[in-house]
Amino acid sequence: MSLILNILIDGVAYGMILFMISVGLSVTMGLMRVINLAHGGFAMLGGVVAHVLMSEAGVGYVPAALLGIAATVALAWPLERLIYRRIYGFGDLQQVLATIGLTFLMIATVNRLQGSTLLALPLPGGLAQSVDLGFRTLPLHRIVVIGVGVAVIIGLWLLIDRTRFGIRLRAAVDNRATAGAIGINTGLIYSATFCLGAGLAALGGILGAEMLPIEAYYPLRYMVLFLVVVAVGGMGSFAGSFAAALGLGLIETASRYLVPEYGTIFYFACIIVFLAVRPKGLWGRLA
Amino acid sequence: MTRLARIPFAAEALLVLVVIAAFFAFPYNLAFVTRILIMVLFVLSIDLVLGFAGIATLGQAAMYGTGAYAAGLFAVHVTAAPLPGLVVGMVAGAILAVVSGLVLMRTKGLTLIMLTIAVAQICHEIANKARDVTGGADGLRGIRMEPVLGLFEFDFIGRTAYWYVAVVVFVVFLALRRLAAAPLGLSLRGIHESPERMTAIGAPVYRRQVLAYTLGGGIAGIAGALAAQVTQLVSLEVYSFTLSAEALIMLILGGTGRLWGAIVGTVLFMTVHHVAASADPFNWLFLIGFLVLGVVFFLPGGMIRLPAALMRLGRRS
Repeated sequence: MSLILNILIDGVAYGMILFMISVGLSVTMGLMRVINLAHGGFAMLGGVVAHVLMSEAGVGYVPAALLGIAATVALAWPLERLIYRRIYGFGDLQQVLATIGLTFLMIATVNRLQGSTLLALPLPGGLAQSVDLGFRTLPLHRIVVIGVGVAVIIGLWLLIDRTRFGIRLRAAVDNRATAGAIGINTGLIYSATFCLGAGLAALGGILGAEMLPIEAYYPLRYMVLFLVVVAVGGMGSFAGSFAAALGLGLIETASRYLVPEYGTIFYFACIIVFLAVRPKGLWGRLA
Repeated sequence: MTRLARIPFAAEALLVLVVIAAFFAFPYNLAFVTRILIMVLFVLSIDLVLGFAGIATLGQAAMYGTGAYAAGLFAVHVTAAPLPGLVVGMVAGAILAVVSGLVLMRTKGLTLIMLTIAVAQICHEIANKARDVTGGADGLRGIRMEPVLGLFEFDFIGRTAYWYVAVVVFVVFLALRRLAAAPLGLSLRGIHESPERMTAIGAPVYRRQVLAYTLGGGIAGIAGALAAQVTQLVSLEVYSFTLSAEALIMLILGGTGRLWGAIVGTVLFMTVHHVAASADPFNWLFLIGFLVLGVVFFLPGGMIRLPAALMRLGRRS
């Protein structure tokens, strides 16, 4: 019983992290049709900035995290304007290559400034504690992660479903030429969405540092993890990304607890079988 | 290049001359030149899969690594004769390619790219877990090769290894040139240009793609087997994502679909990598990153298009 609860809590928390990092990737793929392999780099950059602020400037966890996210967004904006804008029109392969090149540059930058060691993001005393639920105790960090994840999902749903920006975004995803023709500034939508995705990735990177430790090779190491969420969820679908992230988080955590020896093999085998049966993912509109 | 192309086999003869010249030009770096040659073979296999058939892959290392492990295990447990080892490596790579290809070729775009990465990761995981067979993270050791054809002993400075690898790479290169001109090669090009139209004129697109992926897997298997035999070691690195990604970069750097691009790109990338990494072991990734971005943005056809691009530039000014 306690094993099942452990799997549930860890799996859901892990899934929330995967969702926060991958949702931006899914939307940029659905909206701009760009395969952005450098997306994990934004999660790393958020973590690195937060690490530097905490270890060298003595800033607290929450302000450091917020500043890390802000710094990532501040970097994503010019990057989208100057580089990604040109990549949109490329073929699949050219996109893959250009974004691998960017990934290499991000890795090299972090490697140069911070070295290739693990960059710790120590949790503040309060977060590292456990909470007593009466029948058992749980690490508070996991609960905070789940709480933030739920808040992000509700926030995104409100943004997409209830605001004018959301309507325009959905219009641009469905058909960007028509959306542009009726006077929607798609260029601005692209930039804003890209930055939102990068910011959420930074949030996920910082909160998830316990599970996916921040280091220079982070974007390459976990790239497949994030791509899997997008492919399984279906490109351009928020609900798909969420369901996929949660499901994959649970499957991976469960296979780690139950068959630790063959966890990774089992996990990838599941994904290959699933995608062979449904090449477009759960709710994918684009293949 | 265009004038050369009119004389039959002039380009191939030039290649042979370069290989011979390299042997005398770099007597103390033969191991490195041999590594370039093996990499050329590996990149050629990607050119067949990607440049010809248009199958985007970032997991070609799966077949390379499987070929390497198969040849290594064959040398340790069965016989240490090199040529049978090559055949074993090729068959192992082709088998993995056909099995995974039957599933992978049903998908396209991002899903395909991601699944190719996933296959390589599964292989990595299996090789890591099967410690008793593969040596796990310590690598597969104890490969001692017998002389090639029973005549040419592998020597300490790698002269035999160099010629052995050079001959194998050249033979595969000629076979690929032949394939490019054959109906199968043309049909693969057609699939690359437009799968829908090829389906419309009755070509079995899915089966051709699986076939191309299998052939590419066999060639990657040969490359892996060569690496295992020459270095006498197989480590988990053979399955690494970096290997697949770097090989893809080499191919794009040179130019896809022309076979020559694979050679030009590999030599260029490996040389830059070698020089930059020995000059500054920590920051060479910057150089590679800028190189990749530069080619993608300014030279989409690859280095092989550089003379034409320069000529156009010269004519304009």
